[in-house]
Amino acid sequence: MWDSTTINMLIEGTGATLYMTLLSTLMAYVIGLPLGIALVVTAKDGLRPNAVVYKVLDIIVNIVRSVPFLILLILIIPLTKVIVGKSYGSTATIVPLTLAAAPFIARLVESSLQEVDRGVIEAAQSMGAGLWTIIWKVLLAEARTSLIVGATIATGTILGYSAMAGTVGGGGLGDIAIRYGYYRYQTDIMIVTVILLVALVQIMQVIGMKLSRKLDKRITG
Amino acid sequence: MDTMIRIQNVSKTFEGKESTVEALKNITLDIHKGDIYGIIGMSGAGKSTLVRCLNFLEKPTSGTVCIEGKDLSQMTEPELRETRTKIAMIFQHFNLLMQRTVLDNICFPMEITGCKKKEAREKAKELLKIVDLSEKAKAYPSQLSGGQKQRVAIARALAMDPKILLCDEATSALDPTTTKSILSLLKDINKQYGITIVIITHEMAVVQEICSHVAIIDQGNLAEHGLVEDVFSRPQTQAAKKLVFQGDHHHTNMTGKRCIRIVFTENSSFEPVIGNMVLECKAPANILLADTQDINGIAHGQMILQLPEDEQIANRMIHYLEDRKLTVEELENYVG
Repeated sequence: MWDSTTINMLIEGTGATLYMTLLSTLMAYVIGLPLGIALVVTAKDGLRPNAVVYKVLDIIVNIVRSVPFLILLILIIPLTKVIVGKSYGSTATIVPLTLAAAPFIARLVESSLQEVDRGVIEAAQSMGAGLWTIIWKVLLAEARTSLIVGATIATGTILGYSAMAGTVGGGGLGDIAIRYGYYRYQTDIMIVTVILLVALVQIMQVIGMKLSRKLDKRITG
Repeated sequence: MDTMIRIQNVSKTFEGKESTVEALKNITLDIHKGDIYGIIGMSGAGKSTLVRCLNFLEKPTSGTVCIEGKDLSQMTEPELRETRTKIAMIFQHFNLLMQRTVLDNICFPMEITGCKKKEAREKAKELLKIVDLSEKAKAYPSQLSGGQKQRVAIARALAMDPKILLCDEATSALDPTTTKSILSLLKDINKQYGITIVIITHEMAVVQEICSHVAIIDQGNLAEHGLVEDVFSRPQTQAAKKLVFQGDHHHTNMTGKRCIRIVFTENSSFEPVIGNMVLECKAPANILLADTQDINGIAHGQMILQLPEDEQIANRMIHYLEDRKLTVEELENYVG
């Protein structure tokens, strides 16, 4: 049964999983990063406190985060159809993945930015730095290690979600595991897909941690 | 003399959920060009709030702050930022960017003002020479000692050619030797560039070391201000006296009623018996009368001591003296 078709299928599945995961992560950061920054800036002790904006963002993030991913996936099928043109396959999965991951990423970004020493922000203000300079050169630059660790966690989570999307025809390794392992009782193929998923998470984890350590200048030596 | 900073009737109130805190109450103070002005007070007196009002990191609840005659509260946000570039600040915890090299930290304020990168780097190198840290240009703050970090912060402060340098407890996290060297650096900067320096501190020694003027802040009020010599030699208010005679509050009056007479006959005169007893029992004893003589290295004579009120400590003292082979005799109703 380990013929070239199966192996090709697994290779293609791995490719599809990577494609979904990486593109979704990227898209989710396009939404989640500004959202996280906005949460920090408008918070009560933020640079531009704004109770109304903060509360609205806070509630939106909480609502989207509370909806179980599988439900969200089905719930937004109409939206997915409008954006991608169809509701199944790898590309279509990117829409719910992005939407589910964005608020999660916003929280990760928020907590990373909150770690930045208030004194350093105050120092930048005392030099006459404006809001954007502080966001760009102080908040994001000083929190970069923590942000990369966050991105590593986010990528791993999105990879897990993408496998879950397999149950409703999402494509990728999760899809293969469900179709062959579950519906056709081909346990060996399921095990191989699981091993491949584990390996992908491992590789991402190692790369992320290496990168964050390399960029962290707070540690001596 | 030109007035650099004019603080007029400045009050600052912090509104909490349950209580309001009046951090500053109606402070009026002039700081002249070229002064090294010390603002001293106990912790919580409001001095850190006051210094933050000088660059509007805290906006006063009422009153005005004028820098070179310009009222900060009348400025637009960009004008205020522009003014801040000329008011540098250094902090107790240095507040350097941890992910940037020393050189890039010094370039940071110049990036804000839009200085060309190459020029900024040249200037940063010059500034590192001034603070005597040229060899650390490529190091990161985590690799530096506290004193070195503060030197970098000073170089960073000088990068904008400030007219005013605010120091918020800048030496409080440093050891005495490092404090001295940082203070002498500040003094040089004041002399060489004519920068007006405002120093916030709770340490009298810092003010004595470099300040020309001093203001004493007590519970949000300006208790006293003037030339350092005047304030220190003739403190008028309770708050000023407390600060000037720092350390004196340890002295307590003896209230113990028990007095003893001790007779020296065979102890070495080189053994500090009473001193050791005080150290051992960790309580003071009052010498009411002492008539001892050193005769060929042996102490002869007598002393009368007033013991502390605490019965236990008093007994320990007597015990200690008896152990040292002294004759101890309790005196009833001794009047010294």
